Amino acid sequence: MSDKILVIGELRDDEVRNVSYEAIAAAKKIDHNAEIVGLLIGSGDIESQGQSLIAYGADRVIVVSHDNLKTYTSEGYGQAVMEVVNNESPTGIVMGHTSIGKDLTPKIASKLNTGLVSDVVDIEDDGVFVRPIYSGKAFEKKVITDGITFITIRPNNIPALEKDGSRSGEVSSVDVNITDLRTVIKDVIRKASEGVDLSEANVIVAGGRGVKSADGFKPLYELAEVLGGAVGASRGACDADYCDYALQIGQTGKVVTPDLYIAVGISGAIQHLAGMSNSKVIVAINKDPESNIFNVADYGIVGDLFEVIPLLIEEIKKVKVTV
Amino acid sequence: MNIYVLLKKTFDTEEKITVSGGRIEDDSAEFIINPYDEYAVEEAIVQRDEHGGEVTVVTVGDEESEKQLRTALAMGADKAVLINTEEDIENGDQYTTAKILEAFFEDKEVDLILAGNVAIDEASGQVGPRLAALLDIPYVSTITSLKIDDDTASIEKDVEGDVEIIETSLPLLVTCQQGLNEPRYPSLPGIMKAKKKPLEEIEIDDLDLDEDDVEAKTKTVEVYLPPEKEAGKILEGEPADQVKELVSLLKNEKKVL
Repeated sequence: MSDKILVIGELRDDEVRNVSYEAIAAAKKIDHNAEIVGLLIGSGDIESQGQSLIAYGADRVIVVSHDNLKTYTSEGYGQAVMEVVNNESPTGIVMGHTSIGKDLTPKIASKLNTGLVSDVVDIEDDGVFVRPIYSGKAFEKKVITDGITFITIRPNNIPALEKDGSRSGEVSSVDVNITDLRTVIKDVIRKASEGVDLSEANVIVAGGRGVKSADGFKPLYELAEVLGGAVGASRGACDADYCDYALQIGQTGKVVTPDLYIAVGISGAIQHLAGMSNSKVIVAINKDPESNIFNVADYGIVGDLFEVIPLLIEEIKKVKVTV
Repeated sequence: MNIYVLLKKTFDTEEKITVSGGRIEDDSAEFIINPYDEYAVEEAIVQRDEHGGEVTVVTVGDEESEKQLRTALAMGADKAVLINTEEDIENGDQYTTAKILEAFFEDKEVDLILAGNVAIDEASGQVGPRLAALLDIPYVSTITSLKIDDDTASIEKDVEGDVEIIETSLPLLVTCQQGLNEPRYPSLPGIMKAKKKPLEEIEIDDLDLDEDDVEAKTKTVEVYLPPEKEAGKILEGEPADQVKELVSLLKNEKKVL
């Protein structure tokens, strides 16, 4: 029997999330010869999105569309995935380590009586999976000793394959009876996702206590916008009510690995460093030259953020215009 | 209401991590209740105080976990259960823990199970959802608000910063996210009372399980520390010059702009 890896894709605002393309690349890293079967779940006409998974490397795509799958619930999506898994009997499953991925995959693993290696940041030969532990203060390598290969991947760590619009593959629809949902989504209040999602952002501008007020976060949002990035925060800034806890980066809070992390007015407590120190390039802007954040920063500016950030915005605009 | 809290002891967030002999060195480490589990303990107490009933804190761990269970009792939980796997299980994973908890809950009347959304050490976030699936009860992860009215629960869930308003039914498992509440500190009378509260210790034998029934499906083959970061460059000069240099470095040297 040849290998078949199911990639559970995710839609946001009817578009496939980037992490789902990365999941296809991850599936190919697990087994280059396996058939990669994409899966999209939602409601309405989502079949049209299937083609984009193929352009990023999937061999074929299965679509499950149902009125009860308009918003994610573990029960509804669980039923859809289990139906497809039972039909396809994949040898592996890959999904993004996103809000939905974290919620859904343990349930599927439990139903299948399998292990699950979550939050994978790298895949080595012979099925060795690398994942951060202790919020990135350490790493572990894990193998699966029994059952199918089942992983979730952290966004922004395993690069997606180059898009190839000329690839072709079948996009087929599967009817699933989604019933007896005990959990109902009454409403969704959009708060943080007006900009770029933190976990998938390539650039993060994060503020700490040094930002001094909720108003003080405004220049950070401007800078993030110019950079096409997201805004994050330290626990100190959240505790002081300058921003929502949803933005918190650290050991409690989100652990992020963007290409560029700009820490503004953040002193660099060990708990915060745990959440961001694996970022590829770190810039620190802080008044206090003794701040711990400078120990992990690639570049540091000692100065008043309210003076430095506007200058930085201007300078970046210049560079962006000349590109 | 019969309320249960799944609790795990974790390294204190202040701890520096060292590795020796291919594993995390924990001999001299300070341990705490996993910070997300503190929200679960607090919420359990709040719900019990509102609806009546009893809060039982459960941990799958070793002898040392007793300290964190006592802390939860001092916060206000009524009973604690330590499922001590020290003698029986060397390398468990989330599959192992969920199967043990499934066996524990088999003969229990449960209305509500609360857990942390993730443990800050291994960070799998799997045990809660896995257990709910095994018990075939609904679950909602990363909740930031919980209101219970008879058998109906109204929940706010954090979805990467957005908020979902969810309605579901009891029995129910939830995992707790920052913002749900402000965990209380154990009071001195609380600490005194906690010493007299029941703390039951059981082993997997008592759950009619043996090691093979719960054998892990995954295995850690290596643990290591990330490479030390080299000291960075502090820029100098007038702010405008520093900013110019920074942008140039980010663009030309690091190629991130």
